[in-house]
Amino acid sequence: MVEESPTVQILSTDGTFQPSAAAEEYLPLLDSLTHADHEQFYRDMAVIRRFDLECTNLQRQGQMALWPPSHGQEAAQVGSARASKPQDHIFPSYREHVVAKIRGVDIFGIVELMRGSTLGGWDANDAANGNFHGYTLVLGTQTLHATGYAMGIKFDGDIGTGDADRDAAVMVYFGDGSTSEGDVNEAMVFAASYQTPQVFFLQNNQWAISVPVSTQSRIPLYLRPRGFGIPSVQVDGNDVLASFAVTAKHLGDARNGLGPSFIEALTYRIGAHTTSDDPSRYQTDEQLAYWVARDPILRFEAYLRSQGAGDDFFADVTQEAEDFAADIRRRTLAAAPVAPASMFTNVYSEPHPVMDEQKAWLEKYEASFGEGNR
Amino acid sequence: MSSLETTTQDLPMAKAINAGLRKSLTDSDRVLLMGEDIGTLGGVFRVTEGLKAEFGENRVLDSPLAESGIVGTAIGLAMRGFRPVVEIQFDGFVYPAFNQITSQLAKITNRGRGNQSMPVVIRVPYGGHIGAIEHHQESPEAYFAHTAGLRVVSPSTPNDAYWMIQEAIDSNDPVMFFEPKSRYWPKGPVDFSASAAPLHASRIVRTGTDATLVGHGAMVSMLLQAAEIAAGEGISLEVIDLRSLSPIDYAPILSSVTKTGRLIVCQESAGFVSVGSEIAATVAERAFYSLQAPVIRVSGFDVPFPAAKVETFFLPDADRILEAVDRALAY
Repeated sequence: MVEESPTVQILSTDGTFQPSAAAEEYLPLLDSLTHADHEQFYRDMAVIRRFDLECTNLQRQGQMALWPPSHGQEAAQVGSARASKPQDHIFPSYREHVVAKIRGVDIFGIVELMRGSTLGGWDANDAANGNFHGYTLVLGTQTLHATGYAMGIKFDGDIGTGDADRDAAVMVYFGDGSTSEGDVNEAMVFAASYQTPQVFFLQNNQWAISVPVSTQSRIPLYLRPRGFGIPSVQVDGNDVLASFAVTAKHLGDARNGLGPSFIEALTYRIGAHTTSDDPSRYQTDEQLAYWVARDPILRFEAYLRSQGAGDDFFADVTQEAEDFAADIRRRTLAAAPVAPASMFTNVYSEPHPVMDEQKAWLEKYEASFGEGNR
Repeated sequence: MSSLETTTQDLPMAKAINAGLRKSLTDSDRVLLMGEDIGTLGGVFRVTEGLKAEFGENRVLDSPLAESGIVGTAIGLAMRGFRPVVEIQFDGFVYPAFNQITSQLAKITNRGRGNQSMPVVIRVPYGGHIGAIEHHQESPEAYFAHTAGLRVVSPSTPNDAYWMIQEAIDSNDPVMFFEPKSRYWPKGPVDFSASAAPLHASRIVRTGTDATLVGHGAMVSMLLQAAEIAAGEGISLEVIDLRSLSPIDYAPILSSVTKTGRLIVCQESAGFVSVGSEIAATVAERAFYSLQAPVIRVSGFDVPFPAAKVETFFLPDADRILEAVDRALAY
C-alpha cells in the first residue's frame, strides 16, 4: 500500500520559520548552520540569478548558441549542493550552474560550453573542481554514470568506515522529464541491487520544455522509487533550508552505508527551458503568478530580514552579483578563437593514426590559403 | 592454472578468452567483469566460466538485465578508476546500450578534453553459422566502427583472442571486442609466451600472388578454405586477417594489392555502408594504379539476418568467395 507523505517544508512561503510535520525529523540537520551560512545561501542564490540574466542577455546578443536558465530553481540547487561534502561526487544534468559554482568550478566554463567553444568546460578530475562531473545533455544518461561511480565507492570500501573525511556519496541531478527515460529507471534498479551510496536529486520544475509533469507520471514522482525499493521524500524545492536539511540527511545516510535514496524537490522554472523556448505558448499567467509568489530568493530574504540581516548585507550581495556578471561579460567578449585542429586532440587517449593523418591534412589545407587569405 | 606453465596449448577460443580474462583479473584488481549471466552460470557461452568463484562477486558481476544500465554503470566505474569488461550476451542485444556506447562511452574522453580516459571493453559475441533465432546471429560492427572515439577489433583465432582481450583491457580507450561465436569451439594453438602482433595490426595469414582476400573474425577461416581450394586449381590467393576494424591497418593491405592487383573484401554483415565498403573505397583511392580489377565486396545481403533455415544462403562461404575471385581474375 502506498503511504502518502506530506512535503518537507521549513520556511512558509512568506519566509516564516514554520516546519511542516514531515520536516520534524530533519530539523536537527539545521543545527550546524550559522547565520553566516544562511547569508552564504542567499549570496549563492542571488549571484547565480544575476549570472543567468547576464548569460541570457549574452545569448540574445549572439555570444552563445543557447542558454538554459536556472531562474526559480536556486533554492533546490543551493540547499542540496551546500549539503554535500568535499569528497562527494556530483553528476549534473545541464542546469545546475550554482552547484558547479559551489563545488569550485569556474563557471565561465559553462559559458564556453554554451558558446560552442568546447564540448566540456571543466576537468572533473581536477580537485579544484570539487568532483563536479561534466554536463550531460542526453537526458538521464548521467544517472547511470552516477550509479556506476557509487558502485565503485562501495567496492573501494569508502562508506560506513566512520571516518568523516573518507566516507563518500554520489548525488545525481535530473529533471521531471528525465524520469520517463529508461536510463533513470535502470539506474534505480542498479542502485537498489548494489545498495549504492547515492542520492537521486530530482528537480521537478513542472515542465519538460512544454510538456507538463502530469504527462510523465500519474502519481507524484517521489512515490515511483519506492517500487524499486528506494526510500524517498518530497521537499519544497523553493525552501533552501528544507532542501539543505533533507539532502544532508540522505547524503549522510548514503555515506554511512545505508544505501540509495531519492529526493523530489518541487520547484518551478520561472521562464524558458532555454533561450530557444517560448513558455507563453504553454504556461498560463495564473501558473506563473502562483510560482512567482513562491520565489525562493524573496522567501529567504524575508527570513534573513526577520533574523536581523539589514540593507547593507543585501546591497553588498547585489554588488557582488553585478561584479560577477560584469566579469562574465568581459571574459565572454574577450574569448579567444578556437584552434580548428583542436577537434582531433582528445578523441582518443592513445595515439590514433586517423587522427594524426586528418589533423595534418587540415593544417596543410588551411595553410594553403596563406596568412590572412581566408 | 596449469596451461600457463607450458608455452603453447591447444584451446578453443572460448577457453582462450577465459584464460585472457583470468590473466587480466589477476594482473590488476581494477579489472571487473560485468554482464548478464556471466557469474554463476559462466555466461551463455561459458566464456567467463569459473571466474566468479575465483575472483568473487565484486569482480565478476551478474548484472541486472539491462544493457544500457550495464554500459552506463561501467562508464561510472571507469570514472572511478576501474577497468570494466562488459559482456553483451548476443550481438542483437547491444542496441539498448547504443546511446551509452556511442554518445557517452565514445565521447567522454573528447568531451573532457582528454582528462577522462574510458578504459572499457565491450565484448560482443557476433555472427551467424549457429542456426539461432532472431537477434542472435548479427554482425553490427559497422555501427561502432563509424563512431569516433571507439576502437573496434575482432579476433579470428584462439591465440589472437587470448592476447587481444588482454591488450583491449590494457587500452585506455574504449574497445568494442567482437567475438566470432561460430569460432568459440574449434581448437587452435595458444602461445602464452608472447603476443604475435599489436592490437590494431592486420596480418597476412597466407601468402599468394594472384589476388588478395581480406576479412575478419569467422570470415578468415572461410577465406583460408577458399584459398586452399583455389590453390588446387592453380590460383594463388593471399589472405589478410584485418583483426582491427577501427582503426584499420592499411599498410599490409595496400602492399598486398600492389603485388596482386586484385582485392576481394569479405564480411558476414550486410554490404551497404559496411566496413568492407570503406576498405574498398580507401584501396581504390590509394592503390588505383596497382589495381587490375575493381575491388569486389562479398557480403551478406541487404536484408535482416534471415531465418536460420536459410542462413547458409545469406552467409558468404568459400564458393561465394571463389565466384568473386573468378570475376576479379576475368578483368
